[in-house]
Amino acid sequence: MEKFVKITATAVPLPIEDIDTDQIIPARFLKATTREGFGDNLFRDWRFDNQNNPKADFVLNNPNYSGKILVAGKNFGCGSSREHAAWAIADYGFKVVISSFFADIFKNNALNNGLLPVQVSQSFLDTLFDKIFADKDTQLEVDLEAQTVSIAGTNLVEHFDINQYKKTCLLNGYDDIDYLLNLKDKIEAYEKTSKYLSLVSQEQEIEA
Amino acid sequence: MATDKKTLFQKIWDAHVVTTIADGPDVLYIDKHLIHEVTSPQAFAGLEKRGIGVFRTQNILATADHNVPTKDQHLPIAEPLSRFQVDKLTENCDKFGVELYGLGHPFQGIVHVIGPELGITLPGMTIVCGDSHTSTHGAFGTIAFGIGTSEVEQVMATQCLMQSKPKTMRINIEGDLSRGVLSKDIILYIISKISMGGATGYFVEYAGSAIRSLSMEARMTICNMSIEMGARGGLIAPDDITFDYIKGREFAPKEEKLTEAVAYWRTLFTDEGATFDVEYTFDAADITPMITYGTNPGMGIKIKEHIPTVNDLKEESGKASFEKSLAYMGFNAGDTLIDKPINYVFIGSCTNSRIEDLRLVAQFVKGKHKAPHVNAMIVPGSKQVEQQAIAEGLDTILKEAGFELREPGCSACLGMNEDKVPKGEYCVSTSNRNFEGRQGPGARTMLVSPLTAAATAITGKITDVRELLTA
Repeated sequence: MEKFVKITATAVPLPIEDIDTDQIIPARFLKATTREGFGDNLFRDWRFDNQNNPKADFVLNNPNYSGKILVAGKNFGCGSSREHAAWAIADYGFKVVISSFFADIFKNNALNNGLLPVQVSQSFLDTLFDKIFADKDTQLEVDLEAQTVSIAGTNLVEHFDINQYKKTCLLNGYDDIDYLLNLKDKIEAYEKTSKYLSLVSQEQEIEA
Repeated sequence: MATDKKTLFQKIWDAHVVTTIADGPDVLYIDKHLIHEVTSPQAFAGLEKRGIGVFRTQNILATADHNVPTKDQHLPIAEPLSRFQVDKLTENCDKFGVELYGLGHPFQGIVHVIGPELGITLPGMTIVCGDSHTSTHGAFGTIAFGIGTSEVEQVMATQCLMQSKPKTMRINIEGDLSRGVLSKDIILYIISKISMGGATGYFVEYAGSAIRSLSMEARMTICNMSIEMGARGGLIAPDDITFDYIKGREFAPKEEKLTEAVAYWRTLFTDEGATFDVEYTFDAADITPMITYGTNPGMGIKIKEHIPTVNDLKEESGKASFEKSLAYMGFNAGDTLIDKPINYVFIGSCTNSRIEDLRLVAQFVKGKHKAPHVNAMIVPGSKQVEQQAIAEGLDTILKEAGFELREPGCSACLGMNEDKVPKGEYCVSTSNRNFEGRQGPGARTMLVSPLTAAATAITGKITDVRELLTA
């Protein structure tokens, strides 16, 4: 996984609440068997009409806004567990999503792909939207080491929380599977004590 | 001492912790990993890239459900991308030694329907699947939840998952349900009260006399939609209804193993005095048939209520999203939905496609006929449900009532196959999500119970089923 340390970039504002992963990447685009290319269909039905023409009123089609940070309304990434949503956002070029609240599964999926979900207070989120709408060139700085997001040229800064283990993974580009593979002895020791495995052991053999 | 008291969730979680990472998540052992064609290919590719295999092939089971056609399943899948993805699953299962109930297999079906009906889902387990409706299995008193594809790869590689322990919530439904009110109405009612994000970060236990009175199928419908209020999962303490359901199923423990299992399962309940981070209690008598009017499952009302107005919203910040949602649905604040003409009715999905759902619908439509303009599709959750329905003659009743009984799959719940609702059309649906475009680009979904769906198909307009029930 790519390391994440600090980023300073302009942001794309999307002040809509409860954005579900069906909007981020509709189900009909989930038929690919690789992780690449989902960015083309990010927010497909908000971004394009049914003739595949860009919708002028959607922010990703607004030439004023671009950048590596997506700023979105509360409860971002709810609904389906599809990791394709995180892949699509990252593939499009975003490195950070800022919201006042994230759905659990999306948050894990983002972290597992080096896409940083930054949860801020509702008031700070409102401030971010105000600043970005007032000046499209507003630069945001997201510093993972310090766990802060700040608005360049102002003294506005907010601390964000992140699980320390996940922070270490992101800062170093580590991956959960490498960590778990080193725990094999512990996993095998656990299996010897497992109530479930003892109950189904016979049936499992028959099944096999 | 209060600290000795554990919730059901805590008992199962604690029994599955392999180790805890300092300042980090727990390493949780996963008893059963269910996979399907959509969220597994990149995980298999990840294993190949690492040069490793599936760590415990006996703990993983695959089926094809999301992409499959619900007509002519004996023929090759016509849609090339769907066929490719389903073939890829077969190829991966062969290569990695994973059991697959693919198309044509008598056990094939929606992943959350087949686990319980085959006796694979048992109390006290941990179950994961790359699908957010994995919470369905919680009806048996299991910790079951949806995961992303990186996590699917993690479980394939190690049979473990890194997870931070969620907070706990208990939702009690007390009292008797009224006639015509199903468990789907209970969960739509709960989500409308708690909101679509209101249980994020929590694992929910459903309790109370109304929950205890429900069949396993009805309990599964409730646990299924836990994710629709953001919950990591939902579960119900196992009881005799649970044990009776499990007994005799294909892969369930048998004889002495069953006796031993039931003795253990009887210890799986929340101790008196155990505490939850949050607790809610609702009165079953307040629940009526429910329907959603908006584009998330929290936007539900009693079927006779009017759509709320912006002034009814608790939070200022939600106004723009609320208005966007009504604009998409083509509704006005304050409208009533009763008598609104409907052209599409979908009965199916991992929420409501079990034999009990089909029986309820068949019993209700027997001797009636759908309205001429309605397209009424009914999709069984599995091959076993389909065969059982045929054995009971439900297929004939449904056919005579003008309903089309399809072959099993996820179907029009998410429109990955050909079963889509056209742009701008309303679909009264027993599925779990009414998101924009969920049932096809531009489709407008209204979530209801199987009885409300059946009543709507018969009259051709949104109907309070209670008015059609005979004494």
